[in-house]
Amino acid sequence: MHIAEGFLPPLHAVAWGAASAPFVVHGVRSLTREVKANPESTLLLGASGAFTFVLSALKIPSVTGSCSHPTGTGLGAILFRPPIMAVLGTITLLFQALLLAHGGLTTLGANVFSMAIAGPWAGYAVYRLLRKSGLPLMVTVFFGAFFADLVTYCVTSVQLALAFPDPASGFAGSLAKFGGIFAVTQIPLAVSEGLLTVLVMRLLMASSKSDLVRLGVAKLTAPRTGEKAAA
Amino acid sequence: MSKNTKINTLLLLLVAALAVLPIALGMGEGKEEPFTGADAQAEAAITELKPDYEPWFSPLYEPPSGEVESALFALQAALGAGVLAYYFGVRKGRRQGAAAAAAAAPEA
Repeated sequence: MHIAEGFLPPLHAVAWGAASAPFVVHGVRSLTREVKANPESTLLLGASGAFTFVLSALKIPSVTGSCSHPTGTGLGAILFRPPIMAVLGTITLLFQALLLAHGGLTTLGANVFSMAIAGPWAGYAVYRLLRKSGLPLMVTVFFGAFFADLVTYCVTSVQLALAFPDPASGFAGSLAKFGGIFAVTQIPLAVSEGLLTVLVMRLLMASSKSDLVRLGVAKLTAPRTGEKAAA
Repeated sequence: MSKNTKINTLLLLLVAALAVLPIALGMGEGKEEPFTGADAQAEAAITELKPDYEPWFSPLYEPPSGEVESALFALQAALGAGVLAYYFGVRKGRRQGAAAAAAAAPEA
């Protein structure tokens, strides 16, 4: 979903930067508040950022005959809420823009908006909605991560269609074109991301249930003895 | 193997199958360059939609070759995997330490 360096007209680059900045600033505040209030969160925050690092480095073949990568943002959004994911996602995108020439500084605002803001919020909203309807936790985690991934790529398609409308069919024609490249490719990858997020959530349930309870993701059931001592 | 481990292994196998199937089924056949990056395809689409568009800014640093780029991507994945492994290692160590302390403590 990376829009390459220089591939958004200056006006669009500035507008997406301006749209993203408040979310990232708010995210930094949420992050410092969380670390101050719960210093024991730091380790899990690092792990959530690390998950995004791994997943966004994996280029996986897809049904359209091209390759793309998951985003890994659903996990952090579910655990720590989307504002904090805006920060963790931005760090990942900066690393890729500066060291890999993947994405870019002029397109950072647009890429942050799709991967670190829109995706996490969409995934979190889906997760919360399904949670309310009483579905099992792992099902809600799967769909949360699935939509965080897919919406990211849909937003990228919209961003490019806005910047480069088709000369004949305009915005809609262009959206179909970019959607065909990004969104369709992404469907099986979003399934993969959902499955991997469920896997990590299962490992967290086994190893750090006390953290998940504190973050409101899991409910307290009779803890095992080791768990009680670790809490 | 416990039931938990079985489910986790199954999840990993599913992800692997999803990645391998498009190649095994030859979904890239008939393309000039099968399985290129979607990002690169988007760049090509932009050039098609607006042939006179010139990128107005270029990356400050570009990996000098595809190999170096792959190495940096591997580094990114390794950093992430390393931190994740550290996290689960610390949690496991704490649990084991707590269990050992509980076992060693005299019955109250």
